[in-house]
Amino acid sequence: MNDLMRRLLFLPEQGSAYARQVDSLHYFVITMTMLGFVGVATAVLVFAIRYRRRQEGESTPHVEPRTIHEVLFVGGPLALFLLWFAIGYPLFVRLQTPPKEAMDVYVMGKKWMWKFSYAGGPNGVDTLYVPAGRPVRLLITSRDVIHSFYMPAFRLKQDAVPGRYTQTWFQADKPGRYEIFCAEYCGVGHSAMLGHLVVMAPAEFDEWLAASRRSRVAEVDAAQDSGQRDSSPVTTLVEQGRRLASVYGCFACHTVDGTPHIGPTWLDLYLRRDPLEDGTSVVADEAYLTESMMDPRAKIVKGFQPVMPTFQGRIPGPEVAAIVEFIKSLRTSTVHPEPTKGPNYELIPGRGPVPKP
Amino acid sequence: MSSFPAAVPFPSREAGGDAPAFNERNYLVQRRGLRSWVFTLDHKRIGVIYLVLTSLGFLLGGIYAMLLRIELLTPGPTIMDAMSYNKTFTLHGVVMIFLFMIPAIPGIFGNFFIPLMIGARDVAFPRLNLFSVYLYLLGAGIALYGMIHGGADTGWTFYTPYSTTTITKVWPILLGAFVLGMGSIVTGLNFIVTIHTLRAPGITWMKMPLFLWALYATSVIQVLATPVLGITLLLTAVENVFGFGIFDPARGGDPILFQHMFWFYSHPAVYIMILPAMGAITEVLCAFARKNIFGYKAVAFSSLGIAFVGFFTWGHHLFTSGQSTVDAGIFGVLSMFVGIFTAIKVFNWTATLYKGSISFQTPFAYVVAFIFFLIFGGMTGVALATVSLDVHWQDTYYVVAHFHFIMVGGTITGFLAALHYWWPKITGKTYSEKWGLVAAVFIFLGFNFTFIPQFLLGNSGMPRRYYSYPERFWPLNVASSAGASVLALGFLMVAAYLLLSLKYGKPAGPNPWGSRGYEWNTLSPPPEENFLEQPAYPRAPHDYTDAAAAEGTR
Repeated sequence: MNDLMRRLLFLPEQGSAYARQVDSLHYFVITMTMLGFVGVATAVLVFAIRYRRRQEGESTPHVEPRTIHEVLFVGGPLALFLLWFAIGYPLFVRLQTPPKEAMDVYVMGKKWMWKFSYAGGPNGVDTLYVPAGRPVRLLITSRDVIHSFYMPAFRLKQDAVPGRYTQTWFQADKPGRYEIFCAEYCGVGHSAMLGHLVVMAPAEFDEWLAASRRSRVAEVDAAQDSGQRDSSPVTTLVEQGRRLASVYGCFACHTVDGTPHIGPTWLDLYLRRDPLEDGTSVVADEAYLTESMMDPRAKIVKGFQPVMPTFQGRIPGPEVAAIVEFIKSLRTSTVHPEPTKGPNYELIPGRGPVPKP
Repeated sequence: MSSFPAAVPFPSREAGGDAPAFNERNYLVQRRGLRSWVFTLDHKRIGVIYLVLTSLGFLLGGIYAMLLRIELLTPGPTIMDAMSYNKTFTLHGVVMIFLFMIPAIPGIFGNFFIPLMIGARDVAFPRLNLFSVYLYLLGAGIALYGMIHGGADTGWTFYTPYSTTTITKVWPILLGAFVLGMGSIVTGLNFIVTIHTLRAPGITWMKMPLFLWALYATSVIQVLATPVLGITLLLTAVENVFGFGIFDPARGGDPILFQHMFWFYSHPAVYIMILPAMGAITEVLCAFARKNIFGYKAVAFSSLGIAFVGFFTWGHHLFTSGQSTVDAGIFGVLSMFVGIFTAIKVFNWTATLYKGSISFQTPFAYVVAFIFFLIFGGMTGVALATVSLDVHWQDTYYVVAHFHFIMVGGTITGFLAALHYWWPKITGKTYSEKWGLVAAVFIFLGFNFTFIPQFLLGNSGMPRRYYSYPERFWPLNVASSAGASVLALGFLMVAAYLLLSLKYGKPAGPNPWGSRGYEWNTLSPPPEENFLEQPAYPRAPHDYTDAAAAEGTR
């Protein structure tokens, strides 16, 4: 029954007990709505036929309601609506009251990415890792404008408001991968501000968290030693640049396969001559690429909107160099078939909601 | 009871009597020349001017809507880039709400029919009435300037801090909406005074046509709530241009404050849009069922009830904003009361049909559509007020579908019912009944095909204002766009046969529907002075009993 209704209503998979309970209320509400509609519609159509006009200028009797009619007209819907509320509101209270033992994750929305931080590290962008079967509290804020953290599979949404923290919580049933949307309009990248939730088995998650913390400690140590971060010798500068570009969310707007997106593609960008909005043109050398990260509105390439945020003070020098090296490596002749786009939201087979025709 | 001469058998008796089929000496031609229109103080001409202007607004908003639906035909870019899409949905909302939904029914039918329904020569302040037209033109002009020179990308809700930091030029559109709001206040004030002071002897409050009760409630909201919108828009414009910091958390401001202020107006504004439609529907329903309304007082007072409770529901737009749990509960319950008042109307309308004499002509077809859509639009609204369901639906296509059911399914359907019902009185001509029904079917089906898929899109989690979307939302978006084309075709058909009727339509006669609404007590089209002789009002409007027939005067 649940599954049938869920598919009829195009609802996504239910990721938590809360989602199932909200859906039950949904089924009840929609069923009552349909019954009410059928009742009134039948009455209207039956009257329209039964009392159709038989001759022009007919007289009709003067009919006034008795008090009982109006009492029923008010009382019936009132009782029904309050019943809905009596079921719905406690669910909302539950959603607003995270359990004490919940694990905290800090969520920050910014144009146009989600940043997730765990107490004691690590940080991540666009992918939220949580354990199954344990409550997780999200403490949500925004760096710039209002965003809204939305996970349809958990029937969960909470605005990210600059200057304040809002909270919500959930407890995922089982490991899987789920969509995260931004639901509050935030500009040209609004519909590309996607993330995903990865629910892991508890043991697996603990291991992941410990490993991430270890590597973060190592990172900090290395940074203290050499004054640099991310200078692990095992990767090339280009590889580092690719990784950093992903961490900083560059791929939300820039592609590396030549398709135009919110920002210019990086493929063959190095040493390309691009026309600017003001009619002049510029050669995309190292200086221009660096300037574009630090002061993105200084030179706007024709046909694009000045929407890129500045990364001044957010990316250390060596990392800028790595990203520039990565861009330089993107030549048509040498381009790699992957990664091509921003985060990829294909669903894991058998996991995601299956739209039925 | 009356200081006027006794009731004179007036030409508009149902049989037609000795009245001319088409009144040659009517308000449209009694004065000639451009000046007579530009400086007209005649409420009927002002109604016609509003009809032309708001129809153009509806056309513009409709073009934006079609552009949006075309863009959403594919998951990625289709015909425009993200920035253009954002500007388009902003302008669709701004134009539809401020240039059509709010001014249309009060501006056209309120202006035209309030004096006719209360037996008055004009509204209380004819010059103020003309002033409101010029405020509309000025506001529309400023907003249009803003659209041509850049256009805003904030959505019609102008949420801060996005609207105060956007690179697009928002202030002209904010200022335009501000001026349009002034026009709305002036119209509301005028109507309140008119209804209070200019009712002809015999028309007591409890004998007023119910359309007037609805407009009265609307006017109260316009006068009380619109100033708050003015303040909010001005603050936003000032913050955007000069950086005041009222809504900026970095300087002690609060972005959520904007939402409270904005919805304090904009939620009651929803009732500014739907109440006049409910009033018009009541008139049309009674005329085509030849029946007194079932529960006059219940229908009249439920309009006031909606206007009153409407002021205390704004917080239901903020359920996910971090508003306190208690507040959410209170706003949830209060929002449901709007549903109760609406339910009273729906049940009373339905009961009015009982033992009626129902003629299923075009205006009545829109009445039926209106009732169907209002049940769905209303009950999905109550579902949103259960709070926990809203968390999933907030800012998704479910909400979009819900308010389009009220705005398009309610207001526009009510507008079309009113337009078809009163067209013979306004123009003196009849339109093609056959095409009227065909277009009504197109609009009914097109509407359902457009917006039912959007409910399902919202259920499946598609947020609103999305330029691109994951592929699993594709089929429903295509269905919605297809429905929108049918809907647009329906509207074009209406425009076509109505315009053709001006030239080729048969003369309507004073009262083609045999209605006993007071406004039919004169010639079609009415003379400038409205009535040749002061009519008397011995009976309530829409009294179709044998006794009323025996008197034979209306």
